Amino acid sequence: MNNTEIYTLAPHYRFQWEEAQQSYVMLFPEGMIKLNGGAGEVIRRVDGKRSVDEIVHELKLAFPDVDDIESDVVAMIQLAVEKSWLVLAN
Amino acid sequence: MTQQNNGVAASVTQTQPLWLLAEVTYRCPLHCAFCYNPTDYAKHTENELSTEQWIQALRDARKLGAIQLGISGGEPLLRDDIEDIVIEARKLGYYSNLITSGVGLTEKRIKAFKDGGLDHIQLSMHDITEEINNFITNTKTFELKKKVAAMIKDHGYPMVLNVVIHRYNIGHIKEILEMAESLGADFVELANTQYYGWSLINRSQLMPTKEQIEFAEKVTNEFRSRVGSKMKIFFVVPDYFSERPKKCMNGWGEVFMIVTANGDVLPCHSARVLPGMEFPNIKQHGLEWAWKDSPTFNKYRGDKWMKEPCQTCPEKEKDLAGCRCQAFLLTGDAEAADPVCSLSPNHHVILQAIEDAKNPKLQSQPIHFRTDKNSKKFVEGDLKELVKEFHALP
Repeated sequence: MNNTEIYTLAPHYRFQWEEAQQSYVMLFPEGMIKLNGGAGEVIRRVDGKRSVDEIVHELKLAFPDVDDIESDVVAMIQLAVEKSWLVLAN
Repeated sequence: MTQQNNGVAASVTQTQPLWLLAEVTYRCPLHCAFCYNPTDYAKHTENELSTEQWIQALRDARKLGAIQLGISGGEPLLRDDIEDIVIEARKLGYYSNLITSGVGLTEKRIKAFKDGGLDHIQLSMHDITEEINNFITNTKTFELKKKVAAMIKDHGYPMVLNVVIHRYNIGHIKEILEMAESLGADFVELANTQYYGWSLINRSQLMPTKEQIEFAEKVTNEFRSRVGSKMKIFFVVPDYFSERPKKCMNGWGEVFMIVTANGDVLPCHSARVLPGMEFPNIKQHGLEWAWKDSPTFNKYRGDKWMKEPCQTCPEKEKDLAGCRCQAFLLTGDAEAADPVCSLSPNHHVILQAIEDAKNPKLQSQPIHFRTDKNSKKFVEGDLKELVKEFHALP
């Protein structure tokens, strides 16, 4: 994956905050994945405008005490692409 | 492998409904021999809930945490207020799924669904041949389904096909998957028939052999590795051929709640067959009470109700003793181990059913199609003898 790439939510997937579960969730036909806090913070920034690098930068500012944010973000986005939640924006 | 309970996450810490299934009507233009609806559904087609009652149910369930909404039946499109239900569902933040045979889906309606925010349409398909499609559904719907599939795709919906698998189409899995691919399907669910309701009374006529199932799974796996992730294929393994039961509904009253056409609130699709149950009804009870406090929803939560061999079984957390309805339907005891389990003292009833399905005499018995006329015979008792052998008295 090239960190200048820009991703967006795949069609038919929906990402939203769930009050009842106090977490972000990914929704798709007849299914749901509950995301942990870190994953939610990454995915909610994937909007078809920000590149992977920009997301890393933002998260570094938001969470200055966390080590090695970059590899976590890249791994999370890669996983989400493998799962077909995210696609390249164009 | 099996994607039980439609992929809703199993890792929930507190009990809350994630799924609301709205079985909005039991009327249906199709007459499928494998339908899981109750054989006495004709009784439940009266006193259907109003639009306002459905909207209230959607609001109440959402407050409890429900997020996936299934709009099903019967054929939901026989109601003319699905558009209103869809709009409300979107407003409330549900991911909404219309589960349909396609009969009644017009350009005008699908446009209204799209504008209203319906997320997904799941279309049932039956076979690649017109002959089998029309036979098993007892209708002439083959051409219509293909047209509807194209319409769904044209409107930018994901193409989600559900194919119920039985003896008459299990030999065509490869061709069915090829058809799905050519229609541009995103998700295909190959759902081996589970034996409840109409499919139970037609069991010997519908059940394939173990060899056929193994072959079908092999063909599916080969196809899956060829198409990769562009088409997701779920193969729902039939529990009769497993050593252990399914963790039915992911646990009774754990994530799933059904509201029926007339407002009954059920923990699973076929719970009405269970004896001595008084189901909450939204005309008298709130959904919150139904979910949290009703005796029905609490009855099989946890494991205190289990009998041996389940109570002391090291695997009890894995399957929670299986399906209560299947235990009752096949053994007469709703608290018994699901007889699918090889450790169940009643496991022989499953082995017998598999044997029966190989018996040409039983195979060739006439199929009881899901029709109003046949359903009334179950209500009135004319067909009671038939269901007694399964304890499947309505």
